[in-house]
Amino acid sequence: MASKKEIKEVLFGPIFANNPIALQILGICSALAVTSKMENTLVMCIALTFVTAFSNFFISLIRNHIPSSVRIIVQMTIIASLVIVVDQILRAYAYSIAKELSVFVGLIITNCIVMGRAEAYAMKSPPGLSFLDGIGNGLGYSVVLLTVGFIRELFGSGSLFGYQILSLVSEGGWYQPVGLLVLPPSAFFIIGGFIWVLRTFRKEQVEPKD
Amino acid sequence: MSNKNETLGKTLFVVVALCLVCAIIVAGSAVGLKPLQQKNAALDMQRNVLDAAGLLQPGTDVIALFEERVDTRLVDLNTLTYVDSVDGKNATDYNPISVAKKPGLGTKLDKAEDTAGIGSRENVAKLYFINDSNGELETLVVFIRGYGLWGTMYGLLALEPDLNTIKGVNFYEHMETPGLGGEIQNPNWVAGWQGKQLYGDDMSTVQIDVTKNVADPAHDVDALSGATLTSNGVENTFQYWFSDKAYGPLLEKIRQGELNNG
Repeated sequence: MASKKEIKEVLFGPIFANNPIALQILGICSALAVTSKMENTLVMCIALTFVTAFSNFFISLIRNHIPSSVRIIVQMTIIASLVIVVDQILRAYAYSIAKELSVFVGLIITNCIVMGRAEAYAMKSPPGLSFLDGIGNGLGYSVVLLTVGFIRELFGSGSLFGYQILSLVSEGGWYQPVGLLVLPPSAFFIIGGFIWVLRTFRKEQVEPKD
Repeated sequence: MSNKNETLGKTLFVVVALCLVCAIIVAGSAVGLKPLQQKNAALDMQRNVLDAAGLLQPGTDVIALFEERVDTRLVDLNTLTYVDSVDGKNATDYNPISVAKKPGLGTKLDKAEDTAGIGSRENVAKLYFINDSNGELETLVVFIRGYGLWGTMYGLLALEPDLNTIKGVNFYEHMETPGLGGEIQNPNWVAGWQGKQLYGDDMSTVQIDVTKNVADPAHDVDALSGATLTSNGVENTFQYWFSDKAYGPLLEKIRQGELNNG
């Protein structure tokens, strides 16, 4: 069994030290699409963490039996099945959120983080650690998404989790919302800013000049 | 990885076994959760109807209120008569939007006729009659839909008993740009529809106008700024659905009491 230190590194490493979005620049597409509201962002984060953790776990479980010629297809099949299960569960228990996330839940299948972890980690690590690695990367993804979602909803709509925090001009208040933040491209700027701040504090992440 | 994994037999075995297991899991979750999902979808539609009629307050028991007040009926738009069921589906289960494209259940519209850009229209409309405590008609809610900027906007329109004055409108599904055309769901804009009249004095020409210059307060609705095509789409939707090609004759008949809620 892995040592405590290793577990800690696998679980918490991806949050800042090896963040899948900020350092590896994976999984950007959904980070743009679902972050206009905190509620949707949170559900997406939970869904992705769930899928990454369990796909890592199952792939790792059968890793010694996967023929290398079809390994990507095998990984995809497992990931796709998990995503469909998540989508079905959301539609059954969180219908209104599922309706808004709609296509983006399906797109978890193509999220590079899930595939990336399956191929890079789960194929050569034991199931327990792979599961934790999935959770860790899910958390790393969540940190970035929740930050982006927080900024976008607060300054774009003046609310958090749907509760009005800043009273809008259109409703007789004082706050003029930043329209750009409601649109997906604004997430690019926020993610860029996040990476900048992260690399200011963690100089080792700065890429060497060509 | 050992070499025995690379044989054809093993590869086929792994792939087939994996597919079987995954298929069982996926099918199991889809079938197992289906009743719950359908309940959710039905509840969502009931909520939309009550919302359009202005009956939805936070904490409303949607199911109980719907049961008590709302009478769902099907009316054939060509013969203007009530029907009990369509294609084996009763009023509750019938979905006018999904049948519109089916031959026999929907009618294909030609280009000149299709001002709302919907392609085809259902033959049998689904209406929600909302009654007051004396059983008198208080609100009539009808489905409307039309093409906006990016896709079809699906809505419900609530009418006062005169079947001319608008009580509320609810575009519950659309693909318009968030912050611009997406504002068709903004409660402030929606509130602007209240009290507007669909028809002119002759009660047959649709007069409703979504415009940036509100000149006639009875029929003009303020357009959405930055969303001209969405606003036009909304206007076309109204122009089509309340013309004599869709709900016009039906509303006229109900107004004269010949197709009352009996």
